[in-house]
Amino acid sequence: MVKSLFWATFTRDLTLAFRHKGDMVNPLVFFLIAITMIPLALGPEKAVLVRIAPGILWVMALLATLLSLDNLFRSDFDDGSLEQLLIAPYPLSVMVVAKVLVHWLATGLPLTLLAPLLGVMLSLPASAFGALVWSLFLGTAAMSLIGSVGAALTVGLRKGGVLISLIVMPLYVPILIFGASAVQSAALGQEYTMQLAVLGAALALALVMAPLAAAGALRVSVSG
Amino acid sequence: MGWQWFHRLGSPRWFYEKTEIWIPWLTILAWGLLLVGGVWGLGFAPEDAKQHNSYRILYIHAPVAFISMSCYYIMAISGAIGLVWKMKLPFMVMKAAAPIGLALTVVVLSTGSIWGKPTWGTWWEWDARLTSYLILSFLYLGVIALQQAFQSRDTADKASAILALVGTVNIPIIYKSVDWWYTLHQPATLKLVGKSTIDPSMLYPLFIMIIGFYFFFTLVLILHTRTEILRRESRTQWVRDLVLGKAKKLPEESAQ
Amino acid sequence: MSLPALIELHNLACERDERFLFARLNASFAAGQVVQILGPNGSGKTTLLRILAGVSSDYRGEIRWQGQPLASARWEYTNSILYLGHLPGIKKSLTPLENLRWYAAQQSGVSDLTIIRALVQFQLAGYEDTPCHRLSAGQLRRVALARLAFSQAKVWILDEPFTALDKSGVAQLELRLADHAAAGGLVLVTSHQDINVPHLESVDLQDFVPSPVQIQEAFYG
Repeated sequence: MVKSLFWATFTRDLTLAFRHKGDMVNPLVFFLIAITMIPLALGPEKAVLVRIAPGILWVMALLATLLSLDNLFRSDFDDGSLEQLLIAPYPLSVMVVAKVLVHWLATGLPLTLLAPLLGVMLSLPASAFGALVWSLFLGTAAMSLIGSVGAALTVGLRKGGVLISLIVMPLYVPILIFGASAVQSAALGQEYTMQLAVLGAALALALVMAPLAAAGALRVSVSG
Repeated sequence: MGWQWFHRLGSPRWFYEKTEIWIPWLTILAWGLLLVGGVWGLGFAPEDAKQHNSYRILYIHAPVAFISMSCYYIMAISGAIGLVWKMKLPFMVMKAAAPIGLALTVVVLSTGSIWGKPTWGTWWEWDARLTSYLILSFLYLGVIALQQAFQSRDTADKASAILALVGTVNIPIIYKSVDWWYTLHQPATLKLVGKSTIDPSMLYPLFIMIIGFYFFFTLVLILHTRTEILRRESRTQWVRDLVLGKAKKLPEESAQ
Repeated sequence: MSLPALIELHNLACERDERFLFARLNASFAAGQVVQILGPNGSGKTTLLRILAGVSSDYRGEIRWQGQPLASARWEYTNSILYLGHLPGIKKSLTPLENLRWYAAQQSGVSDLTIIRALVQFQLAGYEDTPCHRLSAGQLRRVALARLAFSQAKVWILDEPFTALDKSGVAQLELRLADHAAAGGLVLVTSHQDINVPHLESVDLQDFVPSPVQIQEAFYG
């Protein structure tokens, strides 16, 4: 029984995600359009783009993740499913992990897989592609977890959108620093395993703590 | 006696009446120390070898930096107490502390900026300390924004308490990351407060200012909490009596 | 015949944002009862049900489950209640079958066949695989209610379950509530309409609206 409600929640949310393919595509389109804005704003010279590509790719991936957070619990809140999650005979934090996992599979993972294409558009050096994918793989997972806390805190508000960004962005700073640095180091031909290790540690910490915080926040938001 | 004292602490009215006596003492202490430390530091402490007189803003910048960081922890701990023991007063303290902390952080950033102008030549530099404090101001803004967003005060309190706690876990991580980021991108330039030796004659006024600012902060926090108490308890009898000038004593004391 | 009390409320009081809904609420609910919570709109009926369901923990006083304080019997309590709130808890993009599979996962041994049988009992035969956004409001309510057919929960906490049901639906549900009580279960229900169930008990929240003195005592003491 302890195992089955995790998978029941996972399967249900995954089915829902695939029934709303539009919601999955939106962050990807944002990522693409936002990246396109950069050469439009700064000029297409390769020298400039090469210099800023690692940071820009990471910042835009972060923003795309932020945009998708509001959906995490909102529809459950609106149709009463969230209440039922709260009183199910099962640890809420584990069910939160199931939901965040689906969120990452539907948002973070596609962003990670799209990033190399956008890296090409920004003249990212070939040596940096591995670092780009690995850092985003770990980083988007951590960001989904940390972001779930912000989503849980604001799910009861009607216009939670911008507020989530304000709450969650400072918490993303360490992930951004090490993620962008990994890609930057790789672009310069240097070692980047240290940065990936830190991202892995951040992911582990988020995996342990974020679901508990999010569960607490959900209880507050629903009973309020 | 034990638990009774603790639960008394949860009574806003008790807090309001007890702190009435403290305010004049705190005011005297705070302003006294700040005056002494300020005059000493800004006027009489020796010149710095490299920065000459422009370093003197340290006497405001450094103490306020300590306090704005402590304020966040006080805010978070109050929130935690309120969540765990379901008491109202800690939430009022938490709500009062947030804007104070934000204001203090703004002072840190402005004094840092003022310090930077003669030292680096620009009004803003992305050095580790200023960047960390900028992010701290965002954390404060998040808590304040969350407080304002809810219509139900109970929900607002609990939600911002959770956010403040999440922030406390992150502060050391953010600080270390920004530190590391700074060493990565900037060569070792002139730091605002170097680890190099500060002459003892400069330290004394600094300590006085730190203690003075702590008293000042306590005073402001108490005053602000008292206002919050009045605001929240405005419908109770004791507040009405207070405002109408018919103050009554707490029942336990009148029974003694 | 007095069966042992399942849920006891001792001096329950609830305040939300300076509104004092009820205080000194003492009640005892035993197996075999169907209890209607009465009171006008805004009197705290929904709040009370949410507290009993465990959705809200915003109350003072004590709740006991089978004689034990709720804090120590949390697990047994959660396993023994079924709650249906105002909102149906049904996702519109999924089919009834997919929706109910999640609820069924809370117990062991509920197969798809059991779920389909439950849907048939609620006049939804043939609709198992229709996305719920294509169902009417009444049908949506019946998908939510279908949980009652396979749930093993002893206590049913139902907030306005008769909403959007037609006459035969109402009659059928009333029968189901009576059967559940007769089999040793407990039903706590609110409704704007009269409920036609034998031996219906009631608790009127208007009896527990606190006076100003009681407010001072209960909330500011």
